[in-house]
Amino acid sequence: MNITNNIVKVGIADMKMVEAPEVIRTSGLGSCVGVVVYDLSLKIAGMAHVMLPDSNLSKRENLNELKYADTAIDILYSTIIDNGARKFALKAKIAGGAQMFSFNSTKDVLRVGNRNIEAVIERLNKHRIPIISSDTGGNSGRTIEFDPSTGVLKIKTVNTGETEI
Amino acid sequence: MSFIENLTSYQLDILKEIGNIGSGNAATSLSKLLNRPIDMEVPSVRVLSFDETMEIVGGPDETIVSVFLRIQGDAPGSMFFVLSPGQAEQFVHQITGNTDFSFASPPFEEMGLSVLHEVGNILAGTYLSALSDFTKINMQPSVPALNIDMAGAILSQGLMELSRESDYAIIIDTTFNDNDKNNAQIQGHFFLLPDPESFEKIFVSLGVQDQ
Repeated sequence: MNITNNIVKVGIADMKMVEAPEVIRTSGLGSCVGVVVYDLSLKIAGMAHVMLPDSNLSKRENLNELKYADTAIDILYSTIIDNGARKFALKAKIAGGAQMFSFNSTKDVLRVGNRNIEAVIERLNKHRIPIISSDTGGNSGRTIEFDPSTGVLKIKTVNTGETEI
Repeated sequence: MSFIENLTSYQLDILKEIGNIGSGNAATSLSKLLNRPIDMEVPSVRVLSFDETMEIVGGPDETIVSVFLRIQGDAPGSMFFVLSPGQAEQFVHQITGNTDFSFASPPFEEMGLSVLHEVGNILAGTYLSALSDFTKINMQPSVPALNIDMAGAILSQGLMELSRESDYAIIIDTTFNDNDKNNAQIQGHFFLLPDPESFEKIFVSLGVQDQ
């Protein structure tokens, strides 16, 4: 990869679009899930960093829709379509959803990683976007970077270095 | 409507004092453990977006050593004791006398991890019991979890409960410094993140709910 590439950073509960030669990155995914939806032939991609599985969990009315798997993926889908992507060409890669702490707690909030993954998969299926590859679960944090020109998702962890999916 | 955007400066001062009492006691424990003076900075109370929270410890990518525990009882919340890997190594070296301990590559030595776990446990326990005595609110720490990972991955866990209600977190942050000239400096953070419903309980118990 060219080091002069611009890196677009996606924050927590955030979503952005990129076009090659830019690459898109989100850092420090724990139980959060990074969702990339892309159209490889047009070299465009969108990435969302979702925190919670279901917008019905919100205790607030004016919620940040990018925080929840269901609403964030809807927005990701409509944004990439608005940017010219073709529905049939859309593909997805996902990473994250780790369980960072192994508490023997009945509290759901500590097992949110698994529920995030399920919610993301369900929503992508609903939009009929095939998941090409994924790296989910486990118990370590991930930083992910997607290159829309190659369709490669790089995953970095603290202890096992860098992998590509 | 979220209370977090509507806190008065008086209420923020109360939270600052809570941080002061809790971490003052914890710093004393730490000083006893290491058998030397520990300086503590005046706590800061900050209302931060989730992304800004990560910046306190150097950004979401930064590797940190953290002891995390949930506060259970009448005013639930999350608590972190955060050190950089280098500082955590220093800690282990000073307490165990084993200078080989390193976070360079896993698996890490059990004894060292156990020391960090216990230090976190003692400090957080002292912090909480001081807080609990002061506010007369029943609070107990959960068993702490020790993690060495990216700041974003660890700290976001403490934001989960909060994130259902707000896009901002109130972070009561105390930095402490170990200024012994003969030894390497240790600097660390305590973060206290009360759950949304706990603020009212804290304010009510201190008689400042309607300022």
